[in-house]
Order: sequence, then C-alpha cells, then structure tokens
Amino acid sequence: MAKRIESLKIINNQRLNKDLFILELSGKEKLPEMKPGQFAEIKVEDSPETFLRRPFSIHDVNYGENTFKLLIQIAGKGTEALSLLKTGNILNIIYPLGNSFNLPDEKKKVLLVGGGCGVAPLLFLGKQLKANGFNPDILLGFRNSERVIEYDEYLKIGRVFLTTEDGSRGEKGFVTDHTALSSTEYDKVYCCGPELMMRAVGAYCRGKDIECEVSLENLMGCGIGVCLCCVVETVRGNLCTCTEGPVFNINDLKW
Amino acid sequence: MVKLDFKIGNLHFKNPVLAASGTFGYGSEFDDFIDVSRLGGIIVKGTTLEPREGNPYPRMAETPSGMLNAVGLQNKGIDYFVDNIYPHLQEYNTNVIVNINGSCIDDYVALAERINSLRRIPAIELNISCPNVKMGGMTFGINPASTREVTKAVRSVCKKKLIVKLSPNVTNIIDFARIVEEEGADSVSLINTLVGMSVDIKNMRPSLSTVTGGLSGPAIKPVALRMVWQVAKAVKIPVIGVGGITTADSAIEFFLAGASAIQVGTASFIDPQASLKILEGIENYLDSKGFSDIKDIIGYINRDL
Ligand SMILES: Cc1cc2nc3c(=O)[nH]c(=O)nc-3n(C[C@H](O)[C@H](O)[C@H](O)COP(=O)(O)OP(=O)(O)OC[C@H]3O[C@@H](n4cnc5c(N)ncnc54)[C@H](O)[C@@H]3O)c2cc1C
Ligand SMILES: Cc1cc2nc3c(=O)[nH]c(=O)nc-3n(C[C@H](O)[C@H](O)[C@H](O)COP(=O)(O)O)c2cc1C
Ligand code: FES
Repeated sequence: MAKRIESLKIINNQRLNKDLFILELSGKEKLPEMKPGQFAEIKVEDSPETFLRRPFSIHDVNYGENTFKLLIQIAGKGTEALSLLKTGNILNIIYPLGNSFNLPDEKKKVLLVGGGCGVAPLLFLGKQLKANGFNPDILLGFRNSERVIEYDEYLKIGRVFLTTEDGSRGEKGFVTDHTALSSTEYDKVYCCGPELMMRAVGAYCRGKDIECEVSLENLMGCGIGVCLCCVVETVRGNLCTCTEGPVFNINDLKW
Repeated sequence: MVKLDFKIGNLHFKNPVLAASGTFGYGSEFDDFIDVSRLGGIIVKGTTLEPREGNPYPRMAETPSGMLNAVGLQNKGIDYFVDNIYPHLQEYNTNVIVNINGSCIDDYVALAERINSLRRIPAIELNISCPNVKMGGMTFGINPASTREVTKAVRSVCKKKLIVKLSPNVTNIIDFARIVEEEGADSVSLINTLVGMSVDIKNMRPSLSTVTGGLSGPAIKPVALRMVWQVAKAVKIPVIGVGGITTADSAIEFFLAGASAIQVGTASFIDPQASLKILEGIENYLDSKGFSDIKDIIGYINRDL
C-alpha cells in the first residue's frame, strides 16, 4: 500500500481522562487501506521544540464514514500540543506506515493484551479479528479504575479481563498475574504496551510456547526507513521498527 | 525558464538540489512521495567495505530545531550494494552518488576502485567527517595530514568525480578545503554533522548510547552557512552547501553565500517532499527577482563586501 502525506481535518478531539484523548480525522480523499498495527507520523504545528514528527498507532478505522482515530497519551510537549487541537484544525500526517499484526490462519484461540496507552492498536486489531471469525479474549491492564478506557468497545469484540495495579477494578496486579492466563489455553497472543509489560508477556508466552507478537514503540526520526534511528536488535541483525516493524514476533527479538 | 543546471568538471547536474547522504536511503523510500528523478542528484546512504550493524539503540535525540544521531554507518556493505541496490538505482534519471566511508585508507581506496566499475555512478562523496564511528570517519577529516593522505590516495585510483565531504568540527575549515582542492578533489560538500550531546534527565543518563552524536537540522544552519561562505571564497572548485536547509529561503541563503549546489538532509524526515518543494521555491525566487540563471546569484553577497 502506498504511503501518503496528507493534511487531514480533525472532526473530534475527545478527552477520555487526564492523560488520554482521541483524535478523529476525516479524509479528503478516500482513505487508504490501513491494517491493525500500522501507524501514522504526525507533524506537530506551532510547537517549535517539537521538530520531528510523532508516531501514533491507528486506533480505529471507519471506512464507511471515511474517518479514523488515534488514541494518544500526553507524554510530553508534542502530545500536549496535540491535545489542545480543536474540531476543524488540520493535521499533516504521513500514513499508513509499518507492517501489521499477522492474523492467525486457522481457528486459533487468541488473546489481546494491552496496558496503558498501549491499547491503541488493539481495538482495530480486535475488530479485524472478530470480522474474520475469531473470538478473541482481551486482557487490559491499567493503573487504577479511573484509567480504564473504552471497556464497552472491547466488550463488543469478546470477553474482557481487567487488571489494575491497586485492585480498584478487575483483578489486582499486572496483566501477567491474571487468572485468565491459567484458565484458558491460548494459541496466539498479541501485545502492546509499556516495554516492561511486553517483555513480561513475551517471557510468559515463550515459557508456554505460545506464539506472540508485540508492537514496539522505539524512538523514530523519520518513520519511513531512512534515518536508521529506530532499530531493534533481532536475530536477523538490527532492523528498523518503522519498516520491518513495529510488530515483531518475539522469537525474532533478542529479548 | 530559469536555468538551474550546474557542473562539477564535465559532470552535468540538471539542477542544484541534491539529497544528502544518510537522510534519503537509496531513493526508493521516497518513491511514494516524489518523483526522485526530478532532483539534481541523490547521494545514497554511507557505504563501507564490510557490512556494519551501527551503534546500539538509542541512536537519536531530538533537540531544539534539530536532532542528534549516532547511527554509526549501519549498512550492508559494498558487495550487497552492488548486487542488490545498484541495479534499481539505474532506474532514476538523475545523478546517483555513493557516499563512501572507511576505517583506514585502504578501505577508501578499495571502495573507490569498486565504484569505478559502476557505469551509472558518476561521482563519489568521500565521507571523512562521520562523527559516529570509532575508527576512521571524522578522525581523517579533522586532521590536515590525514585529510591530505586519504584524498590523495583515493584521487589516484578514482575515475569518477570526487567530492570530499568536510567536517565542521575543526578550527579552520578553509585549510581543509584547500588541502582537498590541492589533492585533486573536484568539489567539496559541507557540512557534516556537528558533534553534540544530550542528557535524558528523567533516566539520568546520556540520551544516546554513544553519549555524543552528530547534530543536524535548522539548529546548525548558521554554522553551515558561515563555513560555506568561507570555503567558497577560498577555493575554485564548486562548493556544495549542506546543513539545516529546510526551505527554499534557507537554500537561497547558501547560493547567495557562494554554494553552487545544496543538499537537503534532515528536512526530508519531516517532509519527504521537502527537496522538491525547495527546488520549486528556488525557481520561483529567481523568477521573481528577475534572474534567468542561478549562476548569477552564486556568491552574490560578496559583491558589496
Ligand atoms: C510505532 C509507534 C506507535 C505509537 N503509538 C502510540 C499511540 O497509539 N498512542 C500514544 O499515545 N503513543 C504512541 N506512541 C508513543 C508516542 O509516539 C510518544 O509518546 C510521543 O512521540 C511523545 O511525544 P511528546 O512530544 O509528547 O513527548 P516528548 O516531549 O518528545 O517526550 C516526552 C517523553 O516521552 C517519551 N517518548 C518520546 N517519544 C517516544 C516514543 N516514540 N515512544 C515512547 N516514548 C516516547 C520520551 O522518552 C520522554 O520521556 C507510539 C510510538 C511508536 C514508535
Ligand atoms: C540520521 C543521519 C544519518 C546520516 N548519515 C550520513 C552518512 O552516512 N554519510 C554522510 O556523509 N553524512 C551523513 N549524515 C549527514 C548529512 O548528510 C548532513 O551532512 C547533515 O545531516 C547536515 O545536513 P542537514 O542539517 O540538512 O541534515 C547523516 C545525517 C543524519 C541526520
Ligand atoms: S524512524 Fe527513521 S528509519 Fe525508522
């Protein structure tokens, strides 16, 4: 699929909580085909300290309405500036970038695991899995009950399990502690979240010989495979997360 | 129609906007965004004799109006280049230049010899200014004697046009430009990145795995411009300006200061169409100022000085 550079209109900026918001963008032309796991590079205007673009996963796509969403956590100056954008503002964006999650070929039991803003690509993936006849389970970890987002959206896709670090909702602890992991046999796990969480989930899957794909969030200079700044060490040498990733099978990573 | 072409010796460039090494991949990464053949030339990724994995991650840090990189010349080596990349490069109807890097003089010589046999590569850019490798690279470019030695050695075998890329991390860049001119370089390009660093205060450690790295982007433009102006007055060979050019206006400053051509680097990361926008902007500027040939503005500011 050809990459594009386009100026798109913000049709909604929805604040979910103190740190998270959803930007909904509408295409002028027909949207390109996007796949779960792919991302977009956003230019932050009027933020002189934010020189480089910022990468965000495609969170949800509505081809009928010709719109798509990004779920963004305020992490610093760029995301702060984006959080202040209003309906009608224009965003310059390069997309769709990167590879995508590989859907299982047979009827496998699938689990999606996400934490914090790392849930961003999982909604789109979950919807795609459901559309392809899978019944994925979804395991989401948050700091506390106030951080839980889009619970109802995930309920439409499959069974949803929650953990919070303080136990204020769902099971207390981290995603790798959840009882769902021991009560169901999964064939494939998709994971996105903080690196420590992905490493823990990766280690769990490796121990149980479960196929596992993770989506990495390495620092990116260009997003299009030219600066070679975003590399991750793999069994095939240093690979760019922006072109060979962001989705990797954990067996390829030197974790 | 404004005349935009320029020459290095008898090598003709249809226009003076080139893509800088290490910021334009092998060109194909930009095919979705621009017609690469419209550029005056592209300088492909820094190439070494043997494959290199580069430095450990993190290799990049954003800085005000710029970025630091410590990629360390990750590339698959000259054999891979010749077998797998060169065949595709021939599809571009523009000058494709290879940026070569070595850890010793023999490496540079061997690379130049390999490239002699590549019919569609009309020039090499000798990178003696990469700050991100322990051996070779900038160590050649910040020492007058080794700058002379490596240029002389490569010149003696190189059948292509020879552009030497200078390091800004020196006290007097004019000396280095004169040395490479004396040793037979056909052109100089400047500047490579400026050595800098950044500290991650959240994690209380250097932002880059190598601690220091190369600064690029608009932050270095005034330094690049000053050096291009100094060098253009000191040598007769064409000077190619590079460093922080993001718009046609910034490119035009370099021509007015004495550059015969320019390279667009980091700007392509933020806008993959930047190089062509700059080309179009230069044309418009010349048109609006009533110039019919870009040569008429090269070094223009020196008239009144
Ligand atoms: C492929 C990919 C997909 C991503 N998808 C999403 C997403 O869907 N939603 C979302 O909220 N975030 C996502 N991120 C992370 C997001 O890009 C960063 O949080 C953002 O660039 C920070 O910009 P800033 O200017 O606000 O922060 P800065 O002011 O630049 O930095 C603030 C802090 O954020 C950290 N940071 C900066 N860049 C990154 C990065 N690339 N990854 C992780 N931490 C970073 C810095 O280390 C620093 O501590 C993704 C990153 C990648 C590479
Ligand atoms: C990520 C990155 C990689 C680079 N790699 C090379 C290289 O391989 N060879 C080289 O001569 N210069 C390399 N450079 C330097 C650029 O070609 C250019 O000289 C420098 O970035 C200044 O120009 P700019 O400010 O327009 O980017 C690299 C720069 C960056 C940012
Ligand atoms: S971000 Fe530049 S190569 Fe991946």
